[in-house]
Amino acid sequence: MSQAAQQAPDVEALVRKAIAHWRQDPSRLVQVLREVQEALNHVPPRALSLIAQLLRLPLSRVKGVAGFYSFLSIEPWGRYRVLFSDNVTDRMQGSERLLAAMCHRLWVEPGKVSEDGLVSVATTSCTGLCDQGPGMLVNGRAIGRLTSEKVEQVCGLILSCVPLADWPREFFVVEDNVRRSDALLGHGLEPGDAIRAALNRGAQGRAEDAANERSWREGYVGAALGPLAVLEEVKRSNLRGRGGAGFTTGIKWEACRHATGSARYVICNADEGEPGTFKDRVLLSSHADLLFDGMTVAAYAVGAAQGFVYLRGEYRYLLDHLHEVLERRRAANLLGAAICGRPGFDFDIEIHVGAGSYVCGEESALIESLEGKRGVPRNRPPFPVTSGYLQQPTIVNNVETLCAAALIAVRGGDWYRSIGTLKSSGTKILSVAGDCARPGLYEYPFGVTLRQVLEDCGAAQVQAVQVSGPSGTCVDEDEFDRRIAFEDLPTAGAFTIFDTSRDMFEVARAYTQFFAHESCGFCTPCRAGTSMLMHSMEKIRDGNGTLHDLREIARLNRVLLMSAHCGLGHTACNPILDTMKKFRPMYERRLRSRDFAPAFDLDAALGRARQMTGRDDPGAHLENQP
Amino acid sequence: MSERPAFLLDGEEVPFTPGQTVLQAALTAGRYIPHLCYHPEFTPHGSCKVCTAKVNGRTVASCTTPAESAIEVESNTQELNDLRRTLVQMLFAEGNHFCPSCEKSGNCVLQALGYDLGVMTAGFRHLYPDRPVDASHPELLLDFNRCVLCELCVRASRDVDGKSVFALSGRGLTKHLIVNSESGRLADTDVAVTDKAVEVCPVGVILRKRVGFAKPIGQRRYDKRPISAQALDDAPRPPDGGGNA
Repeated sequence: MSQAAQQAPDVEALVRKAIAHWRQDPSRLVQVLREVQEALNHVPPRALSLIAQLLRLPLSRVKGVAGFYSFLSIEPWGRYRVLFSDNVTDRMQGSERLLAAMCHRLWVEPGKVSEDGLVSVATTSCTGLCDQGPGMLVNGRAIGRLTSEKVEQVCGLILSCVPLADWPREFFVVEDNVRRSDALLGHGLEPGDAIRAALNRGAQGRAEDAANERSWREGYVGAALGPLAVLEEVKRSNLRGRGGAGFTTGIKWEACRHATGSARYVICNADEGEPGTFKDRVLLSSHADLLFDGMTVAAYAVGAAQGFVYLRGEYRYLLDHLHEVLERRRAANLLGAAICGRPGFDFDIEIHVGAGSYVCGEESALIESLEGKRGVPRNRPPFPVTSGYLQQPTIVNNVETLCAAALIAVRGGDWYRSIGTLKSSGTKILSVAGDCARPGLYEYPFGVTLRQVLEDCGAAQVQAVQVSGPSGTCVDEDEFDRRIAFEDLPTAGAFTIFDTSRDMFEVARAYTQFFAHESCGFCTPCRAGTSMLMHSMEKIRDGNGTLHDLREIARLNRVLLMSAHCGLGHTACNPILDTMKKFRPMYERRLRSRDFAPAFDLDAALGRARQMTGRDDPGAHLENQP
Repeated sequence: MSERPAFLLDGEEVPFTPGQTVLQAALTAGRYIPHLCYHPEFTPHGSCKVCTAKVNGRTVASCTTPAESAIEVESNTQELNDLRRTLVQMLFAEGNHFCPSCEKSGNCVLQALGYDLGVMTAGFRHLYPDRPVDASHPELLLDFNRCVLCELCVRASRDVDGKSVFALSGRGLTKHLIVNSESGRLADTDVAVTDKAVEVCPVGVILRKRVGFAKPIGQRRYDKRPISAQALDDAPRPPDGGGNA
């Protein structure tokens, strides 16, 4: 270990630096905590107190926020913090075996820090490298295509205390793996094309008029020809949100534009947390200009001066690149004051990085997080379009939606609507992963059949496809002629393939674990219910399940559907119910025939005593009665 | 009076004042909907979901759903009472609730709801979380084992006492109550025995020391009247006196 790293870091200086960077603004609390975490490997109590004092927040609130996000920690992590991605595709590619091997090699328990503080190894929810898994994050940097050899190399580098900057660069190469491009991925636009097109749409209607241009900011709708022309194209396109819910983008924008408020905000939801989804990773790394064009067009249409990108913490390694693009755009007058020389058209974008929380992909939870709070979904109404960021009218759109909006600004709503199906216009990017020869991104016009996708990606002996991740739908062979479209199989993009060698019970169990881990804990049914579901699945896995447990799962499902606060809870049972319906034998062969069996296993309860005494002989076990 | 807007609750008209939520209007009109995290003095936030009702066929938390004249609300149905019973069972299972040895017994909203909703069994495997008590304060005891995460103390301390003595940390099943001090102990906060936050706890988490059994079990709030009746007595009434006789 080098001398510098051994020296005690100056906590106060680091905290002051982070707070100055975020302009002493208490609504940037999550960002301040994240930067301190990055610098110190944890947020020590002293830093928490200092942050509370300098931001003038109660310490209890600062602690409460720090305790919410899984990438923030009050206890120190290892100086090398290894997080294995724990999506089901990672498991299928052997991540559990690799994690065990790494822990053995480094002599550290999973989830704990080595005694010398050098390293900690744990799991985290899907990191969005499913097309090149198994994946891991080392101090936030992504490494894909893990093999035993690569893990051995990583162990060597850690044990020799080689700084991350000196690790082989090829470790950190994340491929785009674009396998099929269509209108969006093959856009061919230059930075700013969409903004200029949007401004020209205004000019076509009436000669430029400075008073008119100023009026849209103030919300005088009737006088704002230019932005309204853009809004009209987006409405005409019938573009629907690509994040999963499928709300019509034009209607959302219009509602925000017409809402009363002192400021309007454009938020890009880049919190791509649905396991198995990685399309936004590619859009952010290779098409950031298109996204920022789309955000700027949206700002023009709704009358916003401030935009945010909420980038998921797992994509922290894209931050420097995104900042470079923003800087370049400011220099080119595509951001900042009087964009493209248009007086009054002022807009800029700030990037916030998430800190490990799936529920922050829900738009109101995302806004809470942007405001420096715990990422808990709000009560609605009011909806963000009328009362969003800082209670002002706000649109929250997915990365892919905003990219599509940029295309529409250039090519028009009618053109976009001519692609896809009647109710689902345009194209959809699928994140194809799992059992297939060519995982990666596939962009199709809406209406493509699953069979077509499976053929294109080289999938054989397919048993099931999980469309749109754990919260989506599990589709079996009989349904492969169904179509990707809002009117049939809507999707946020995940397309995870399971061949006949896979145990669909284990798939459902992995997804159930995911929901329990990511529940925000606000409402009773989701906080307790997701854990109870997980326990039921573990009971069945351990061979103690009965028909009673299947009935209990159905009961929990009703409770979650009826009373959970947000979509996470509503959909938490989907993976179990879908697989139970379609692959029931995989459940039944695990069940005991009796109607009830206790979850409590007396022999297993002796496990800790065996561990403490170092015994594992037959005498240390109870006889297992059949 | 007759001009007041109204909605239908289980087939009967409930008048409301614009701005009220379904639960607020129902309680004001002398109609009970079971609830836990709602308190008439605080803005409803809808986390416990015990007050779930069907509004025009959709299940929603009635404490946060605005009252409107066009709506039909179902509340006292077997389906919804089954749901509420299950939610109360979940709350019992996720904490450590030992009513016979709890000094809040008889004054506890969770226990009273359990009786009123007919909770006869545990329903779920108990999770037995590890939640150490905080007895550091000379006047107050914090027994986190009984916390149902209703956030009433959080809201009361922040909004009424202006102190933020209490807050939540963690998430999911590990969500828990914390206090506002570097040491994490209540004794090191600026809590006062007279704080609203101390008084508002519906269960046995925030307790005054040395008064636990001043009133014997059997003569306590919910020993005498079930919570369904008591909650209506507590509800704010319109000045013109409507409601039940």
